[in-house]
Amino acid sequence: MTELVDVITANQLIVAFAVVGIIMWFSYWLTDTLTGGRIHGSAIAIVIGLVLAWVGGTRAGGSRGIADIEIFAGIGLMGGAMFRDFAIVATAFGVDWHELKRAGIAGTVSIFAGVVVSFVVGALVAVGFGYSDPVAITTIGAGAVTYIVGPVTGAAIGAGSEVIALSVAAGLAKSILVMTSTPAVAKLIGLDNPQAAMVFGGLMGTTSGVTAGLAATDPKLVPYGAMTATFYTGVGCLLVPSVLFLVVRGMLA
Amino acid sequence: MIIYGVALLSACLVAGLYLGELLGSLIGVQANVGGVGIAMLLLIVIHNLPRFRHLTTGPSAGGITFWSAMYIPIVVAMAARQNVVGALDGGLLAIAAGVGAVVVSFALIPLMSRIGTAPAGNAEPDDD
Repeated sequence: MTELVDVITANQLIVAFAVVGIIMWFSYWLTDTLTGGRIHGSAIAIVIGLVLAWVGGTRAGGSRGIADIEIFAGIGLMGGAMFRDFAIVATAFGVDWHELKRAGIAGTVSIFAGVVVSFVVGALVAVGFGYSDPVAITTIGAGAVTYIVGPVTGAAIGAGSEVIALSVAAGLAKSILVMTSTPAVAKLIGLDNPQAAMVFGGLMGTTSGVTAGLAATDPKLVPYGAMTATFYTGVGCLLVPSVLFLVVRGMLA
Repeated sequence: MIIYGVALLSACLVAGLYLGELLGSLIGVQANVGGVGIAMLLLIVIHNLPRFRHLTTGPSAGGITFWSAMYIPIVVAMAARQNVVGALDGGLLAIAAGVGAVVVSFALIPLMSRIGTAPAGNAEPDDD
């Protein structure tokens, strides 16, 4: 047994390929036998991934889901930013340049609208829960933008660690919800063409949520959504600690 | 050769991320601004340049399409390493803020998708 564990821990990334392969196979088997193919296999695989992340988090107590359990550590590398970004860029290989140009304005507008809208909703929820300090309200609103904008903003305007943790949790909740709910609402919101995908990426902004949500909806739309989503966090880090913080402070003064 | 495609892909990503970092420090932001998006644009542009055709066609293309096809498995691995426990530990406030942001953003998609679509914009000449 120790020999097996040794081999697994010495070949983490290779083991991760096999583990994810099994998850994919199981998901496609489930979707064929239980739903007759109506739910996308990758949507089920992503949900299984999230459940494993929860199991890993409760067992190991870390912040990297199943990757904090030693024999599954390779999942952390395979699902980390390096491989994710590499694969996202590869999906651009099939992109139609004219679609991209045509949706450029709508996509750009949606990035700014998305940051402001998510921030306002997050800030209002903070107020609703009884917060009255502009620093705390801004930081929690920033978390509703993405779980990166939250802590960046909190650090910049001097929020306490408890509020920063809340903002990260809000961003994580958003990201996970986008991953799981996008395939369910795609038809309702007309998310079936490149332009809508670019707007979706710009409004949601969470790269992990957007890319997983689109993968589970229609993989052909992934590069369009990813294109705008990768600008979102940067715009959020620009606007929230500066302009939006001043607005919140002005309104509460 | 397959490695040509893989090498092109990695060159695009590294260049894009570097430009994203530069853009971030230029506007004074502690984040990479659009690095991956810039990398995607680089790949699309190079794909359309005749001079680099040997890097994006034939066996070389396989080095790019392989990673494109690995995208969904990588996303599944990404899901499995999310801090799901952390999201739930944030309690009702964190979940309400996240859910609210998502619901309102979803509602805006049909509205914003219409921006700029009124005149049929397909008249652009093909600039291969």
